[in-house]
Amino acid sequence: MAGSSTAISLTDLTIAAARDGLRARHFTARELTEAHLAAIARLNPRLNAFITVTGDRALTQADAADTALSRGDFAPLTGIPLAIKDLFCTEGVRTTAGSHILSPFVPPYESTVSANLLRDGAIFVGKTNMDEFAMGSSNMTSAFGPVVNPWKRRQDADAVLVPGGSSGGSASAVSARLAMGATGTDTGGSIRQPAAFCGIVGMKPTYGRCSRWGVVAFASSLDHPGPFARTTEDCAILLGSMAGHDPKDSTSADLPVADYAAACGRGVKGMRIGVPREYRVDGMQGEIETLWQQGLAWLRDAGAEIVDISLPHTKYALPAYYIVAPAEASSNLARYDGVRFGLRENGTDLRDLYERTRAAGFGAEVRRRILIGTYVLSAGYYDAYYLRAQKVRALILRDFTDAFAQVDALVAPTAPSAAFAQGENMDDPVQMYLNDVFTGPADLAGVPAISVPAGLDANGLPLGLQVIGKPFDEATVFAVGAALERAAGFDALPQIRAGA
Amino acid sequence: MGYAIEGSTGTWEVVVGLEVHAQVISRAKLFSGAATDFGAPPNSQVSFVDAAFPGMLPVINRECVAQAVRTGLGLNAHINFVSRFDRKNYFYADLPAGYQISQYQHPIVGEGKIEIELTDGSTREIGITRLHLEQDAGKSLHDQHPSKTYVDLNRSGVALMEIVSEPDIRSPEEAGAYVRKLRTILRYLGTCDGNMEEGSMRADVNVSVRRHGEPYRTRCEVKNVNSVRFVMQAIEAEAKRQVEVWESGGTVEQETRLFEKGTTRSMRSKEDAHDYRYFPDPDLLPLVLDEAWVAELKAKLPELPDAKKRRFMHDYGLAAYDAGVLVAEQATADYFERVAKGRDAKLAANWVMGDLFAALNRAGRTIVDSPVSAAALGGLLDLMADNTISGRIAKDVFEAMVQTGDDPVAIIEAKGLRQVTDTGAIDAAVASVLAANADKVAEYQAGREKLFGFFVGQVMKAMAGKGNPALVNDALKRKLSAA
Repeated sequence: MAGSSTAISLTDLTIAAARDGLRARHFTARELTEAHLAAIARLNPRLNAFITVTGDRALTQADAADTALSRGDFAPLTGIPLAIKDLFCTEGVRTTAGSHILSPFVPPYESTVSANLLRDGAIFVGKTNMDEFAMGSSNMTSAFGPVVNPWKRRQDADAVLVPGGSSGGSASAVSARLAMGATGTDTGGSIRQPAAFCGIVGMKPTYGRCSRWGVVAFASSLDHPGPFARTTEDCAILLGSMAGHDPKDSTSADLPVADYAAACGRGVKGMRIGVPREYRVDGMQGEIETLWQQGLAWLRDAGAEIVDISLPHTKYALPAYYIVAPAEASSNLARYDGVRFGLRENGTDLRDLYERTRAAGFGAEVRRRILIGTYVLSAGYYDAYYLRAQKVRALILRDFTDAFAQVDALVAPTAPSAAFAQGENMDDPVQMYLNDVFTGPADLAGVPAISVPAGLDANGLPLGLQVIGKPFDEATVFAVGAALERAAGFDALPQIRAGA
Repeated sequence: MGYAIEGSTGTWEVVVGLEVHAQVISRAKLFSGAATDFGAPPNSQVSFVDAAFPGMLPVINRECVAQAVRTGLGLNAHINFVSRFDRKNYFYADLPAGYQISQYQHPIVGEGKIEIELTDGSTREIGITRLHLEQDAGKSLHDQHPSKTYVDLNRSGVALMEIVSEPDIRSPEEAGAYVRKLRTILRYLGTCDGNMEEGSMRADVNVSVRRHGEPYRTRCEVKNVNSVRFVMQAIEAEAKRQVEVWESGGTVEQETRLFEKGTTRSMRSKEDAHDYRYFPDPDLLPLVLDEAWVAELKAKLPELPDAKKRRFMHDYGLAAYDAGVLVAEQATADYFERVAKGRDAKLAANWVMGDLFAALNRAGRTIVDSPVSAAALGGLLDLMADNTISGRIAKDVFEAMVQTGDDPVAIIEAKGLRQVTDTGAIDAAVASVLAANADKVAEYQAGREKLFGFFVGQVMKAMAGKGNPALVNDALKRKLSAA
């Protein structure tokens, strides 16, 4: 049994270091898992990052990992404690999607992505909190209460900050060292924005790179499963396990998965890095602009050529996103009807059963988006909204295609601000939606993008820079992300964390 | 002019278009691996995809696509090498996802045509607008519990082909002929079993009426009609209703109706019509067909009824009507060809359509489980051809074959039915008949030549029907002219 001083250092390890330590038998998977479970027990009441903690299961998995390790039989993630966003169905473990309507749902199957992680030896410590059905940028819409960002403002330490959304529980958990890595999904920015808000790395791979099978659908053409970790290399290790062709997902790509961890060491010498001028929006914080310029300077110093690039349809991305995503969601969420699984509120007839179940089961933001989606698909409105949004989407993809004819990757800020406090941005949904302004276009185009922590704002809060790459060229995205990471030397720590 | 409805103010023409839903023959459902067997215990053939569990995704079953392409080819239709699946959104307890995956804007098969034959021997061409693939819904069971509805999802996700006709049909008879012909083609292709009583083929019937030469008037859709007879009755009943509405100064409103007990009643009006909010299913990529694959499917298509009919007329010299009857079921056509091969084809056709059909009818059996095999019937024809038995004896032998299933030779031997060709025996019988009917012989010789048939009958009777008719005729002619 490890002592508490060991436990503290264990939770600070990167996945790459923990893997080496486990294989060298410096500590056991059980010790590593117990250290994280202890951190969850201590900090989750404050952070609310987990909806379900699977301690017993994790320890059973840890003992199996130790047995395997003692035989010298190890897979890429043997013994590594991870957290799973509660949007991924996990066999025998409740999966809620952050919604009351799924609060009683225990899936009889394992999502492909989480199954791939288990295949590679990972240990799951629990299911992380999230905006309801992944609809939100603050984690304020979860039926299980808001998640707290482990970072604090220097000037206003009492303010409770949001971790971003929708994968806020995963980002908060990894940032506070309750897990070494986590899964998330990015539909409009739901991996990259919380990664930026929580000072960690979040990677959204190309659409089709990670299977959506077993992931509760929000907007099918936009949902991208991807990893969180505290370093670029760790994200690369996780994505290497999560990715791959899945015949059960018709939109999954049958393409080889590169060695992303190796790509992190490639460097950027000779690369052409594009700076999309349309991302310089009104009202952006000055320190974000400064950090962006700093990031470009680091890359120039590392041997990259910086090129001004235009993505002319960027300003239409957000409106298009907020038509396509709710449209698909309105259809995807029709199955939550109280008939076969999840919540049921009995009614006088079938229609009454639907209305009562869905009124009781869905929160305000989900209801708002179902209404928007139903509206934009309605007869007489389809052409003006949905069809036009799809045309805009094609133009946005063309913007990226044109840009990537000239450059290897694009660099931009991840979010227009640092983490805001609970209650801020709450009265105007459109203000909240603006959080996706830099992240939405890559989702609409399906291109890969990573957010890495690059600096702090005046309040001591982390800020992220985003690298966007060519379809299925995650390797280059990792190479550029790792170069930024090395130059930034980001070593600030959140106030709330294991060992603090 | 053909079919018309005589109203109090004049004559009305009926305009009909049909949407036929044909269940695809495939082992697995359209987007899941679950089985499709009819009559399985409720909810025993349901995957998580069919029950629309969270995170489940559809994956197209290539065999269902092949069946749709085969059907399109069989309907002389345009095959769309790129098609797309859309979601049709509505809430119902037996529609687990809250949407049906269908093909709305870009169906897999485009325009085609079917030739129908009418009882007066004329033919007409009916246009096919399109064929698309879609999922079936489950089944709500309202009679299992006093206050609850049960849901059986076995059928949920089973592949259907919706085959839409042009509004080219002008009478109940044409509609019946169209459905029967379509069913024949689907059965030949092996793409749908066409069993309307099991629900694997059902029709939505669009009916309107108009004065001759007018543009189309408002139509009503009669939903889920499940037999050829009901399709014909529904058209007649709905057309008459519409004529009455128009003639009494009213207006036919576009609506969905149900056919029950010989009449149609309103199910939902246009105002209550669903807004299905169709949009492309983001879980599925466009369906792109490989031209070589389609060509391969085309090369392997069976001979279809129209081609077979033409061949029967040309190769076997059959009349159009007879050829049409024989090709209506592939099993009948195959049976006929086995009987006809190397024999008198017209005689074979007469036996199949006459004695065999009558016997099957009496026994309540189909040609597939006929008590008389094609080989046995062929053997019977051979025994007539080589004069072993007469045509009259053959009828008796055939009856025995139907009863016992025995081989005709065995029956003939057992019953001693072999034809007598011994001229001595025939001459003796002729002599005794003529001797016994001296008065009639005199009448015959005085010019009443039609008595010849009487003498033939008497001789055959004396020989228990076994005398060779030609030899009996010869002997009689010889004796009567010599006498």
